[in-house]
Amino acid sequence: MDRSFDVIVIGGGHAGCEAAAAAARLGAKTALVTQKTETIGVMSCNPAIGGLGKGHLVREIDALDGLMGRIADEAGIQFRMLNRSKGAAVRGPRAQADRKLYRLAMQAELRDYPNLTIIEAEALELLADENGVTGLETSAGRFGTVSVVITTGTFLKGMIHIGEERIAAGRFGDEPSNRLSDSLLKHGFQLGRLKTGTPARLDGRTINWSVLEEQKADSEPEPFSYLSSGIKQPQVSCFITRTTLAGHKIIQDNLHRAAIHSGAITGRGPRYCPSIEDKIARFADRESHQVFLEPEGLDDPTIYPNGISSSLPTDVQTAFIRTMPGLENVQIIRTGYAIEYDFLDPRGLKSSLETKNLQGLFLAGQINGSTGYEEAGAQGLVAGLNAARRAAGKGPVTFGRDTSYIGVMIDDLVTRGVTEPYRMFTSRAEYRLSLRADNADQRLTPIGIDIGCVGFFRQSFYMRKMEKLAKAKAALSEIFVTPKQAADVGLNVNKDGIRRSAFDILAYPDMTFARLVEGWQNLAEIDRRTAEQIEIEAKYAVYLDRQTADIAAARRDEGVPIPPDFDFNSVDGLSNEIKARLTAVRPETLGQASRVEGVTPVAITLLAVALRRRQKARAKAVQS
Amino acid sequence: MQDTIFALASGSLGCGVAVIRISGPKAKTIAERFSGGNFAPRQAAYKSIRDPRNNELIDTGLVLFFQAPASFTGEDCLEFQIHGSRAGVARLFTALQAEVGCRMAEPGEFIRRAFDNNKLALTSVEGIADLIDARTEAQHKQALSQAGGHLADQAAEWRDQLLDAYSLLEAEIDFADEGDAPSAVMPQVRRMLSELGVSLQQAVLDAERGERVRSGFRIALAGHPNAGKSSLMNTLVRRDVAIVSEHAGTTRDVIEVEFDLGGFAVIVADTAGLRNTSDPVEAIGVERTRRELHKADLVLWLEDVASSSCAPEVIDAEVIKLATKMDLATDLPPWADIGISIKSGSGIDPLLSLLAQKAEKTLSGEPPLITNLRQKACIESAARHLQKAMSHQDQALELVADDLRRVARDLEALMGRIGVEDILGTIFSRFCMGK
Repeated sequence: MDRSFDVIVIGGGHAGCEAAAAAARLGAKTALVTQKTETIGVMSCNPAIGGLGKGHLVREIDALDGLMGRIADEAGIQFRMLNRSKGAAVRGPRAQADRKLYRLAMQAELRDYPNLTIIEAEALELLADENGVTGLETSAGRFGTVSVVITTGTFLKGMIHIGEERIAAGRFGDEPSNRLSDSLLKHGFQLGRLKTGTPARLDGRTINWSVLEEQKADSEPEPFSYLSSGIKQPQVSCFITRTTLAGHKIIQDNLHRAAIHSGAITGRGPRYCPSIEDKIARFADRESHQVFLEPEGLDDPTIYPNGISSSLPTDVQTAFIRTMPGLENVQIIRTGYAIEYDFLDPRGLKSSLETKNLQGLFLAGQINGSTGYEEAGAQGLVAGLNAARRAAGKGPVTFGRDTSYIGVMIDDLVTRGVTEPYRMFTSRAEYRLSLRADNADQRLTPIGIDIGCVGFFRQSFYMRKMEKLAKAKAALSEIFVTPKQAADVGLNVNKDGIRRSAFDILAYPDMTFARLVEGWQNLAEIDRRTAEQIEIEAKYAVYLDRQTADIAAARRDEGVPIPPDFDFNSVDGLSNEIKARLTAVRPETLGQASRVEGVTPVAITLLAVALRRRQKARAKAVQS
Repeated sequence: MQDTIFALASGSLGCGVAVIRISGPKAKTIAERFSGGNFAPRQAAYKSIRDPRNNELIDTGLVLFFQAPASFTGEDCLEFQIHGSRAGVARLFTALQAEVGCRMAEPGEFIRRAFDNNKLALTSVEGIADLIDARTEAQHKQALSQAGGHLADQAAEWRDQLLDAYSLLEAEIDFADEGDAPSAVMPQVRRMLSELGVSLQQAVLDAERGERVRSGFRIALAGHPNAGKSSLMNTLVRRDVAIVSEHAGTTRDVIEVEFDLGGFAVIVADTAGLRNTSDPVEAIGVERTRRELHKADLVLWLEDVASSSCAPEVIDAEVIKLATKMDLATDLPPWADIGISIKSGSGIDPLLSLLAQKAEKTLSGEPPLITNLRQKACIESAARHLQKAMSHQDQALELVADDLRRVARDLEALMGRIGVEDILGTIFSRFCMGK
């Protein structure tokens, strides 16, 4: 076997798969090291991809020619566009995936991926010298490399809690990764603890479906990937049941036995994904909570009861679950549990996801304090790209808050750190109106083409799409509409005699492309997807002008780099508190510095001054 | 295009001259709109400065234009040098604020622009920035401590109201697939926002009233009928403003005059004489008088020198007891602080210098006017964005949210940060999320 690689990725989860594939796409000789090749691409928790904010991330991964979107389209068995009735900027594609099909599709994709070798082994120790990473010690021997991406998910010192019981594991049935954790400590990294949870799994053959409310898939499923033309798998339904007061009483009576409440768990769990015992303790006045019953696969009876993750003992979970309508006689396949794991304070990362302390070490996914497949995948992609670029002697690529949710997430992580597992929400994006799921390709594919991570097929597909869009836009702006003509297609505009372009007309809230076609039949030849895109762009055009101004104002500071060895204590006039905060976070740009908690606008001006002075002094030194 | 910004460049108000500096693309237009004619760069011109909205005179003073890049900030710059009267500066600021694309500068904004245009020696910036930081902190403290913490309480209430509505909206957007998430929130959000909007509008009106009250040192002339209040008023301002007559009870209303005293704006209010009266019209005047006394920084209580005693009916303000018609007496009565005679002019100069002293004591220091105007600008902007937020259709949640983010930013400028974490925090404390 080859013992030397450009990039080694540790972990075969969602971050690891994207990282390995991205590095390989850039031409780096890449190895993916995983404990078990058969668990590559496993969905450890809920069998769903996408959602609000998360669906945006999947589209962005896809726009950079990543895997998640296409694999989810292969394996999706219930597609729904969330917020379909609301504005395009807040629509989020989501799909239930067949867990087995997803894993197999991912494994098939990676097996034949050019430049990628999969190695089944446990990563034991990170090797490094003063110039950074030099290699990786594994159970299958030592490998040389200059870039390592660690994507260990919940495996670092993973500890499962089920009531009073504690099991050392990275995931149910899988060994934790303890030696790698120790190795990171040895390299001077500070590790913290976070907590997450997963619900019990139910046997669908023992559920009384007839009494439950059904939630159907969209009649016209919309795929994640810009490349997918349609959905392959048959679409199934989810069902909804509810917790009952009888069930709440069982939990209240046993609260002291939950690992979270007994004090056995030190790590902090997410507020947006509380365990059922948390929900009942915190919202004691609620009589019922909805529980979604989600199928895990087409030929798999396993049902994922979304909304009741728990660290209660097995007997309590079972008794509680059987108080819900339809679940009176349900058989439990596996009990729910809470899991604690090590993470590294992401403020120790650069925006490239390389650690500030050790050159050549990149981190992605839950190890950075995030949660979710999509968040992990997106970070994996960025870490993989930068790991490959380092191996090739190139500078990092980073993504801004104004171009992508990827940029928002990474910036949040590296400047603000985490106090709970970080999940994406659309409300985190200040430029939400321009960062839409429908235009991720327009925002990112050109960047990907520049970097070299977008394959030929997607490039030509994208070019064709943009040509069609440009042609359609030209057609619309060549049509001028009088107020009378607008009235003829049912739109009342001011009778001011001003002729508006068809594109302007489309911006009116009640106007649709279909109604435009009634008045101007030549527009009928524009295909449905292009028409949809134009309609969305027209609706937002006026608001985007305002947002563009905001972005321009913000970019001024984003463009000013802060050298990694810059001494914040040398800046006169900064308060000690601000010096300490900046020294702890070590922001990479003036813009990042301004988002560090407690930093004032005046402090930023002082910092700008100090940076420019340093620059001038350097320039002078070079001259003389 | 970048905003044009303005600020008071001279240290504090209430001194002889106030320098108002304006920087940005609209500087030249403003020079033309406010004082007419063309301006050769770097040539001071003595001009009338008028509010372009109604052509009313604000003040006369020097107007000085600097063409970019040869200016302090490197942009087009304009300086108005006018009398250091608080009222005059307030009027000029209000008029500037009304110009499109023109707003009051944030702390340190001039320096930041100068710096960005390579206009400042690096060493000088640090000193200036230091000063500004100290001053902003003081301003912030002052802003929030003003009116006995009233504004702080009010701002906290606005913040809560906004957070409630904003988080409800974001909950519907971001948790659409959650069982327990709220849906169809817009009617409720509208109700909450319109309440907030009314409260903001009210505050803007209050601020306008407050500015007038605060824009100078208020002196009320009070005393019994025919004590000589109106005569003193006329002497003080050197022109006939009140009806002076020998007939007691002539001045039935409160008459205000603003004048300049040693560089400080002073407002003198002549009041109706205080006496029990059966005349209903005069009774109204008496009631107004009592209110005026309540508002005043200083009350001059006038009493005929022939009176044997003086018992001013004032509770709040400082009172100076003034014996009038001193030309009819030889000695200052024991109850009097100071004696004057309008007829002979005796005692007027000492009175004026005493008043100037009192005004200076009250008005010097950081001018609250600036913070008031900045606060008002924040509140106005918040009210404007709120109105915009309410103008969208119910299903356009993301557009409503985009405007609410701007309202949040305006309130942040008033009182500190409202981050996404605050919004998420409110969502998670109100709704049971996580399926």
